[in-house]
Amino acid sequence: MSAMELTSPGRARSRTVDPRAGYRAARRREALRAFLLAVPLLVFLSATFIYPIGKLLLMSVQSEEVVNAVPGTAALLAGWPGPPELPSPQTFETLAADLQKAQQEGSLAAAARRLNNYEPGFRTLLLKTVRQLPSTSGRPYSEELPKIDKRWGEAETWRLLKRAATRYTPDFLLTAMDRKVGPSQTIVPVEPSQAIYVDAFIRTFSISASVTLICLILGYPVAWLLANLPARQSNLLMIFVIVPFWTSLLVRTTAWYVLLQPNGVVNSLLVGSGLTSGPIALMFNRTGVLIGMTHVLLPFMILANYAVMRGIPPVYQRAAVSLGAHPALAFLRVYVPQTMPGIGTGTFLVFVLALGYYITPALLGGAGDEMISQIVALQMDRQLNWGLAGALSVYLVIFTLAVYVVFNKLVGVDRLRLG
Amino acid sequence: MSVDTTTVLTERLARRGVRIFSAAVLIFLVAPVLIVIPLSFNQSTYFSYPMTGATLGWYETIFSSAEWRAAIVNSFVIGLSATAIATVLGTLAAIGISRPSFPFRGLIVPILIAPMIIPIVIVAVSLYLVFAPLQLINTHLGVVLAHAALGTPFVVITVTARLMAFDNNLSRAAAGLGASPWTSFRRVMLPQILPGVATGSIFAFATSFDEVVVILFIGGTEQRTIPRQMWAGIRDQINPTILAMAGLLTIFAIVLFLAIGWLQGRNSAPSR
Repeated sequence: MSAMELTSPGRARSRTVDPRAGYRAARRREALRAFLLAVPLLVFLSATFIYPIGKLLLMSVQSEEVVNAVPGTAALLAGWPGPPELPSPQTFETLAADLQKAQQEGSLAAAARRLNNYEPGFRTLLLKTVRQLPSTSGRPYSEELPKIDKRWGEAETWRLLKRAATRYTPDFLLTAMDRKVGPSQTIVPVEPSQAIYVDAFIRTFSISASVTLICLILGYPVAWLLANLPARQSNLLMIFVIVPFWTSLLVRTTAWYVLLQPNGVVNSLLVGSGLTSGPIALMFNRTGVLIGMTHVLLPFMILANYAVMRGIPPVYQRAAVSLGAHPALAFLRVYVPQTMPGIGTGTFLVFVLALGYYITPALLGGAGDEMISQIVALQMDRQLNWGLAGALSVYLVIFTLAVYVVFNKLVGVDRLRLG
Repeated sequence: MSVDTTTVLTERLARRGVRIFSAAVLIFLVAPVLIVIPLSFNQSTYFSYPMTGATLGWYETIFSSAEWRAAIVNSFVIGLSATAIATVLGTLAAIGISRPSFPFRGLIVPILIAPMIIPIVIVAVSLYLVFAPLQLINTHLGVVLAHAALGTPFVVITVTARLMAFDNNLSRAAAGLGASPWTSFRRVMLPQILPGVATGSIFAFATSFDEVVVILFIGGTEQRTIPRQMWAGIRDQINPTILAMAGLLTIFAIVLFLAIGWLQGRNSAPSR
């Protein structure tokens, strides 16, 4: 009673002023209270997920190493119009001083590595130059540097240095699409021998699309059968789908690794039954990747379609048949459209999960089956090329989000269920 | 009349076709594990049949190896800690987003689901980038935080699904009868959504328990989990010990599956 008395004057006052304002305020409070419940998770994900990914994606346009190592040269080069002329002699002097200072401060290694991402051999050029600088005879560096390495006499070398010595750069985003900025400030394709990333994206897409299609073809009839069998039989067969679903991804990939070996179980069956004369290559190639990925992702497709099919009343299809439609036609025109949410959810899940696959292609694939995830890992792990790892990630994230947006438009994310 | 019989015949044929096809697909799904697990009892180190004799030796190797034992303990410590964080944060958020008054739903729900959708390598590489300067690389804490983030979408999705069946009038009734929001949550809502919370936390645990990529990048030698140890084993020199571990994990998977089945039985019980 006392609580009522405490709160009611406030409420009464707002009601007398404007009942709608009071209602709106109450709604705002309710919205705020609902939002506050999600805040802890949002804060947690911001720190452990959104911020890190944002930072990685930003790496794709950042390039601080070179500016930080040779700040004076960078400033001078900013005013240099570019080829065909060489930069001013003053620039040569500044570079020599910058390089020696960077060597002492220890910032040269990072800059050299980054420059090497632009032009293989740049790293050796810098290290060689800085090694020979003290032994020069004291003439102007515009003469000495080209003597140490003739590349310093070429405007193209300086153009690359100028490009690398800016804080923000489109270069990694271009490299990830096999493009670069050419001598006349135009975007040109890179040499065919270095053009590997577009192919890798296409390969990632085609592997994901193939796996999705195979899963749909294999999974749709199974889902239909499971949804239309009597409950007891259906529950029993469901075990065949759910136990693999729960089995560790690594266990399943290991199993295929063992089964698909040249002298493994599958090959001995093939040879034993006389289907093939000798063992065939089933892994370290595309076949292995497709088998492994299909096996891992198929349960998602079956479960998504099953969930929708179980809710479809059979009367519509029966009605169509009783009105004279051929059963096949009734199935295609009446049943299949009703299963679209299931097809959509299954296709989305399988395709998106396949896009980011790493483990299965790494273990079962060959040299020609690298997916984008593996290249991102390689750039970060071995090449220490964070810019390129970031740029490849940018495209992969954009593709993934695009698929998500299409899915959300067509099916709706609310349909995503588990278990 | 003849048209009818052919239709019935084709229908029957189609049904039989679907049955045979489905049987083949279902066998494809379970065969690898069923064929490979027996090989973990094989006496020889060859991965082919016929087996030369049965032994429990490879299982013994696992339990006598300090490395494997540490990996098993690590997997549980990391998995359970990550699950605890994911369950608490995910359940709270799910209660928030299932309120009709929740603002910016279209913007926030995708963010909460994102850890499930963004390619895992990108997550791993980003975490390395941010955790390295904070000295969280090669620490339990770093791995637990990462795995908790990966597990939250599963909790959010399962609890939200469960809350759709929850009648908000019950909470209102409790409040009307004088229950504090906390009491009303604990005594009215929680018992109803508990199966959903438990299902979500099992999913979150399984996610952490099976995760390889993040641990490859940010877990050091101290944080070797079972999947990490298996990955190394397959890459170096695959031997039947890996298959024995696969056998143990499969048994564990069946336990988790049975737990989910039991919870889903409870899930549908009150509403139907």
